[in-house]
Amino acid sequence: MTQILQYLVMPLVHIVVALAAILTFIALNGLILVYVERKVAGFIQRRPGPYEVGPQGLLQPLADALKLMAKQLVMPRGADSILFWAAPLLSFTPVAICLMPIPFGPNLTGWNVNLGILLVLAFSGLNVLALCLAGWSSNNKYSLLGAARAVAQSVAYEIPLLLSVLCIAFTTGSLNFADVTASQSHGLFSWNIFVQPLAFLIFFIAALAETNRAPFDLPEAESELTAGFHTEYSGMGFGLFFLAEYSYMIVVSAVGSVLFLGGWNGPFLSGHWWMLGKIYALILVMMWFRWTYPRVRFDQLLNICWKWLIPLSLMNLLGTALIINLVR
Amino acid sequence: MTTIRKTLNGLWSLIVGLKVTGKEFCKPWLTVHYPRQEVNNLNTYRGHIELVSLSDDPGKPKCVVCRRCEEICPSDCIRIEMHTPEESHLPDRPLMLISGVPLAGSVAKDPLCEGDKLLRVLDGFYLNYNMCSLCGLCVQNCPVSSLTFSQEVYLAGQKRSDFEFDLLQRLQEDAYKPIKSYH
Ligand code: SF4
Ligand code: SF4
Repeated sequence: MTQILQYLVMPLVHIVVALAAILTFIALNGLILVYVERKVAGFIQRRPGPYEVGPQGLLQPLADALKLMAKQLVMPRGADSILFWAAPLLSFTPVAICLMPIPFGPNLTGWNVNLGILLVLAFSGLNVLALCLAGWSSNNKYSLLGAARAVAQSVAYEIPLLLSVLCIAFTTGSLNFADVTASQSHGLFSWNIFVQPLAFLIFFIAALAETNRAPFDLPEAESELTAGFHTEYSGMGFGLFFLAEYSYMIVVSAVGSVLFLGGWNGPFLSGHWWMLGKIYALILVMMWFRWTYPRVRFDQLLNICWKWLIPLSLMNLLGTALIINLVR
Repeated sequence: MTTIRKTLNGLWSLIVGLKVTGKEFCKPWLTVHYPRQEVNNLNTYRGHIELVSLSDDPGKPKCVVCRRCEEICPSDCIRIEMHTPEESHLPDRPLMLISGVPLAGSVAKDPLCEGDKLLRVLDGFYLNYNMCSLCGLCVQNCPVSSLTFSQEVYLAGQKRSDFEFDLLQRLQEDAYKPIKSYH
C-alpha cells in the first residue's frame, strides 16, 4: 500500500500539480507579455501604448482575451475540419510539457528527468507540425505559403539550435537541466555564456527563428501573407496560436537561461527570482529585436542559417570537443 | 576577406540599430493624449476657408466681390452670389451704347456708385468644402485679404451637405455670438 502510494500516486499528484502550476504560469504570462509587448512597442515608437483600459492600460490584455473568447469560431469552406481545429491545440499543448523539466529554482522543478533537454527539443518540434497542419487545412493560399515557410524555417534553424545545445551537453556531460544548472554554480564566470559565447549567440538567433519572432516572422509576414498560417483562424483558434507563440518565447528563454545564464544561480542570493529575471530579460531582448529589425527576406533567412549559423556552430562544436579531449 | 568584413559591418549595424531604438525607448512620449491633453499649436491649423470681417463691423466681410477666388479655385468649390444695387430714386432709362443712341428695348435704373467705384453687394458666399483641397490659392489671391483659414478643428459631419457652407451667413451669425475659442 505504501509502495503504491510512494511510486504511483505521489508522482502522479506531483505531475498534475506541476502541470496545473505551469498552465497557470503560462496563462498569466500570456496576459503579462501581451501587455509588455505593446508597451515596449509603444515606448520605442515614443507613444504610451495601451492606456485607456484600467490604470495605465493594465486591463487591456484581459479585454483582449475576453474579445477573443467571445468571437465566433469560423471555418472556411472546404477546410479540413478535424485538422483545422486540431492545429491550434497541437500548437499549444506541448508547451506545458516543455516547461516541465526546467528547474525554476533550487526545489522548483516540475519533473526532474535525465533527458530534459531532449524532451524540450522533441516536444517543441511539434509546434512546426501544428503550423503546417494549420496552413494545410485552411484551404487558403496564404495559409499554405505561411505553413511552407514555417516548415522550411524550422527545419533549417533546428540544426544550429541543436548543435549549440550540444556544445553545452558536451561541456557538462549531461542532458539534465539540473546538472547543467549545478555546473554553473561556481560564480558568475562559470556561466556558460562566458564559456560558450558563440554557442549562446547561435542559440539565441536560432531560438528567435524557431519561435517565429521578428525579424524571422516570415510564416506570418503580414505584408505578404495577411497573417500566414493563422489567416483563417478567429476567436480562440487564433488566441491559442497567440498564446502558444508567447509560451514558446518563455520556453526558449527558460532553456536559454538554464543552459547559458546559470539558471537560478545568481552572483548573490541565488533563487528562483534570478531565473524569472533572466527569462524576462531574454524576452525583453526579443521584443526589443522585434521593434528594431525589419523582417528578412526568405532567401536571406535561409542564407543566414545554412551559410553562417550551421558552419559556425559546427566549428564551435568541433572546437569544444577537441578542447574537452585535450583537457581530459 | 571582404565577405567577412561585410558581415562584421552588418553585425555592427545591428548593434547600432539596437542602440537607436534603446535610446528612443527611454525618451519621453511624443504623442498627445487627446481627451486629456491638447496640442498647443491649434492656431497653425488650416481649416476650411472663412470670410474676414471689416474691423469696424464684425457682421460685414471685407470682400469687394471681385470674384477672383471663385475664378482661381482649382476645385471649383466657391460660388458667389451678388447683385449691383440701383439708384432707386432716379427714373428708368434706356441703356446707351454711344451717348445719345439708346439700345432698343433696354430699360434699367442706373447702378449705385460710391465715388467712382461701382457698388456690388455680396448675397451669398457658398463653399463646398467636400471638394476643397486646402491649396490656399483663394486666400493668397484675395486683393483685400478677405479670406483666411478657419481653425475649426472639431468639424465633423455625416452627410455631404454638412460640409456645404454659406460663409457669409456664418460670418453674420458669428458676429453676434460670444467669441469662440478652440483652445
Ligand atoms: S483653398 Fe484652394 S480648393 Fe479650397 S476653396 Fe480655396 S482655392 Fe478652392
Ligand atoms: S477674392 Fe476676396 S474680394 Fe474677391 S470675391 Fe473673393 S473674397 Fe471677395
